[in-house]
Amino acid sequence: MKFLRIKAIAKKELIQIWRDPLSLAIALLMPVMQLFIYGYAITFDVNNITTIVYDQDRSSLSRELVAQFRESGYFSLIAYVDNYGDIDVYLDSGRAKVAITIPYDFSRKVRTGRSSPVEVIIDGSDSNTATIAEGYIAAISLRYPQRITTRTVTPAMDPRTRVWFNPELKSRNFIIPGLIAVIMSVVVALLTSLTVAREWERGTMEQLISTPVKTSELIIGKLAPYFAIGFMDMVLAVLLGVTLFGVPLRGNIVLLVALSSVFLFGTVSFGVLISIMAKGSQSVASQIAILSTMLPAFLLSGFMFAISNMPKPLQLITYIFPARYFVTILKGVFLKGSTLSLLWRDGLMLAIASALVFFLAIKNLHKRMD
Amino acid sequence: MRERITQMILKEFIQTLRDKRRWVLLFGAPIIQLFLFGYVVTTDVNDISTALYDLDKSQESRELARRLEASGYFAVRYAPQSTAEIRDLIDRGEVLCAIQINRGFAKDLKRRIPTEIQVIVDGTDSNTAMVALSYATKVIAKYSQEMAANAVGAVLSPADFRTRVWYNPDLKSRNYNVPGVIASIIMITCIMLTSMAIVREREVGTMEQLMVTPIRPVELMLGKTIPFAIIGLLDMFMVTVAGVLWFGITIKGSLLLLLMGTSVYLLSILGIGLFISTILKTQQQSLLATMFFNMPAMLLSGFMFPIENMPVIFQYITYLNPLRYFLVIIRGIFLKGNGFVVLWPQMAALFVLGTVIITISSFRFRKRLG
Repeated sequence: MKFLRIKAIAKKELIQIWRDPLSLAIALLMPVMQLFIYGYAITFDVNNITTIVYDQDRSSLSRELVAQFRESGYFSLIAYVDNYGDIDVYLDSGRAKVAITIPYDFSRKVRTGRSSPVEVIIDGSDSNTATIAEGYIAAISLRYPQRITTRTVTPAMDPRTRVWFNPELKSRNFIIPGLIAVIMSVVVALLTSLTVAREWERGTMEQLISTPVKTSELIIGKLAPYFAIGFMDMVLAVLLGVTLFGVPLRGNIVLLVALSSVFLFGTVSFGVLISIMAKGSQSVASQIAILSTMLPAFLLSGFMFAISNMPKPLQLITYIFPARYFVTILKGVFLKGSTLSLLWRDGLMLAIASALVFFLAIKNLHKRMD
Repeated sequence: MRERITQMILKEFIQTLRDKRRWVLLFGAPIIQLFLFGYVVTTDVNDISTALYDLDKSQESRELARRLEASGYFAVRYAPQSTAEIRDLIDRGEVLCAIQINRGFAKDLKRRIPTEIQVIVDGTDSNTAMVALSYATKVIAKYSQEMAANAVGAVLSPADFRTRVWYNPDLKSRNYNVPGVIASIIMITCIMLTSMAIVREREVGTMEQLMVTPIRPVELMLGKTIPFAIIGLLDMFMVTVAGVLWFGITIKGSLLLLLMGTSVYLLSILGIGLFISTILKTQQQSLLATMFFNMPAMLLSGFMFPIENMPVIFQYITYLNPLRYFLVIIRGIFLKGNGFVVLWPQMAALFVLGTVIITISSFRFRKRLG
């Protein structure tokens, strides 16, 4: 293996990347855009649940009840309706998700110390929002009756809820560390898998093969620039995540960079392996890259969707994909400040996977070249 | 003109379907995506690993524990004997939720003094944390109310909330997510296929050959897009049938309306694919650009994250996203059985969006050819 030849290949590849500034720009803008969307636009928090009220009672007591919903901060009152038909219309069209009906005799019953039913209809199509809305309503029913009567409702249980590790329940803290794995997989695998495939599709691979360059040199030379791009993406994502979005980085940064490099090396090698398997069709290569790298990184890594919520067979499948180990590492290092003593198992799996993919790529390229 | 377009479409079909591997990609990839997304994108939270610290050890506290377990949401796996033990269990990730019933719980209830119950959740996964809190509040509120209803001389809560869930009474997230998955898969697949197919012709150099034939730009464009509209409809049919049969989802509304909705949706989707192909030169660029569009389009559509929880600026951006409108259509038809009366604004929006983008791209397309 000669360093000079590796350098020559890498330089050629760099020139090619440089000549296509659009792809390079997308590769570097992708992490920025994703971070902005995940950091600013997206939240799991459920508030502003659109609510309509059918207040048949129209008393101070019923208005007080509605005020409790509004002041909870979770429900946003968009309209008062005056018949049941309108409830149908609002819920059918999705303009409202919750409809509260207060009966005619509400204040009369409450004033005489009785309990009055209040009908709450929830649009269950979005089951997650509906579930959380039910919890909010249960909390209101427990904590606020004191406001409309002077007496304390008894017996009363008062759930005091506390959230650890992420007290403001910010989704960005949970998502951004794992997002680094997704960004790296998407950008790097797509870029790499298409370059070698393109070389074949255009016929320039034969020219490369006729030179004295060896397979391992060819692969390393081709990998290096994409490794560099992926590394820049990673640095960009970590920097933006920590500075702009205030995601805590509690662990060791050297450990983070080292393990990211191992993952990156495996992903880049896998990109090359894909392009060899795709036999020179860029569209086939891109599809394989999406199915084998992007989707698993997005869906099967535990980045956003908890692995423990998946069906058992699917949980087993997640072990095949390095992204799973990498996301565990990222979340551990970022949020919990985990050290190598806790993460060595995932790190080891990552290293094994990366090495395996690299050797497979070399072996397959050998076969293709003969 | 019709003859030339037919020939063009035939050529396109032959070219697309000649390669056996492409069959797998055209029809296999959407199915794989359906299963992955269908199983993974779930917000159902069951069997939350729970620690119960019961300091009271009374009949009432045991009853609360029994109710938590019987709800199906909580799996009480640990019985810690100190708060330090709770902290340790949550730190190690053994439990997501810890519930502490204080000493004197039963006594307080009998004396009609409000009594506190501590509910602690691990907030790392903010959505699961919120759902867990919501479930715990619901169980506690129900127990509290039942106890009040049965107690002699108790003061009842003035407002007795009776919640009813419409459209998806079992609150199964699959009923909501699978239609969303179908809509997303169609977008991902069709934009990529269209943009890459056209760019490929340019990259490989066969575009020049097509241009020297008497075919006109509009015919060329139609000939290039119609096959993908047909493939898109086939994919839609296939994924819908598979989704309905495998995941056991019912379609409450009209299939004809779904076909109509899909057609206007495909119009805008193919328009976007066409547009991407007119600004780019290589397949790699068009793939990256497709990803650059698809990722935010999926996130800013209401597919996984409700639009009304986004900041206002992002809510405005979603109006440019065809997926946003189609999600309302497909979910409305699947879950609510919405008719044309409810869904026409979405269809009109898709039609306008599609027409505008197709017009712009066809101008650009002609310019590129000339």
